[in-house]
Amino acid sequence: MNEAQSRPAAWHEVVLATLKSNNVRLAVYVPDRVFTPLIAALHADPFFTAFAATREEEALGIIAGAWMGGLRGTVLMQTSGFGTIPNALASLIVPCQIPALIFVSERGTLGEFNLGQAMVCKTMRPVLASLAVEHHTITRQDELEFIVDRSIKQAVATQAPAVFILSPLLTGGKVFAA
Amino acid sequence: MTVPQHNAKVMNRFALTKRLVAALKREEAVIAGIGNTNFDLWSSGRRPQNFYMLGSMGLAIPIALGVAIAQPRRHVIALEGDGSLLMQLGCLSTVAVQAPRNLTIIVWDNGIYQITGGQPTASATAADLVAIARGSGIARSAWAADEADFDRLVAEALHDGGPSFIAARIDGEPGVGTTDRDPVQIRARFMEGLGVKR
Repeated sequence: MNEAQSRPAAWHEVVLATLKSNNVRLAVYVPDRVFTPLIAALHADPFFTAFAATREEEALGIIAGAWMGGLRGTVLMQTSGFGTIPNALASLIVPCQIPALIFVSERGTLGEFNLGQAMVCKTMRPVLASLAVEHHTITRQDELEFIVDRSIKQAVATQAPAVFILSPLLTGGKVFAA
Repeated sequence: MTVPQHNAKVMNRFALTKRLVAALKREEAVIAGIGNTNFDLWSSGRRPQNFYMLGSMGLAIPIALGVAIAQPRRHVIALEGDGSLLMQLGCLSTVAVQAPRNLTIIVWDNGIYQITGGQPTASATAADLVAIARGSGIARSAWAADEADFDRLVAEALHDGGPSFIAARIDGEPGVGTTDRDPVQIRARFMEGLGVKR
């Protein structure tokens, strides 16, 4: 057995494979350091169309249009980006019943060094709860594929968005460098 | 012919919207932004390929980009107002980078936030929307000099040589009629009009 075969899959490899198995072909993101390996892998795989948007709500608009045109899409962002999308969720995604698949790289907890990130993080789950948007905080790799796979299928079947908050417990997060 | 903003004729949104709809022969998708842009599209005749965006100000162009990526063989048109575009200028550079040949952006510029009481937008005095679009990387950007020039620009854009950006100066006449306000029904009819099963 060589090293590639014996090495357990990294979290981003699981996410990529699960998106692929659910035919999610479009990935629009606002860059995030923790998501960098996932973004690089999406660009490297010709199955996916991956590109950056200038704002998170713009990315939501793009994947909403893609869904209506018959193409499944996902949006990648970090916690601070989530702070910019409640209007797009409440006035487009939720009322139009669009199964937007949103991955959030969780900042603001478990060793955060930036107060601004910490405050935005506190708004995220209350906003999602108030809109009754299905959301999961994923901390364990052994639950990652199950949660993402089942939630994508549920989103499509019930025509409702799903938000995956990827905890630093899963991704390693971003640590204070100084 | 290209004209600077100040030489473009002040036209009427509903009249131009009707001219646009009359030019659509291939089930082109049209995504209209909130307010009067929507209302005039609605009143120009229902089409299954029309999407009326009821909230999310500024997102008509991103939605149209998504449709254009999903359906590269269908031409897609985004209709926006000047205030809405100014709220989401970054989307123009995203469009420029992705460069979908099947996307046309049409912006109605009356220099006011019309539906909220006529407060002036930046395009009334300072900002040139075509210069912004060109600076964002959309080379095919032009002011419509008059109605005939608008027709010509639309006809050129529909040939999939885009992305294209067309701006038209318009008067302060309110929109004609109002859309139904049922987002689920609007979305479902639009998807059906695009031949998409969910």
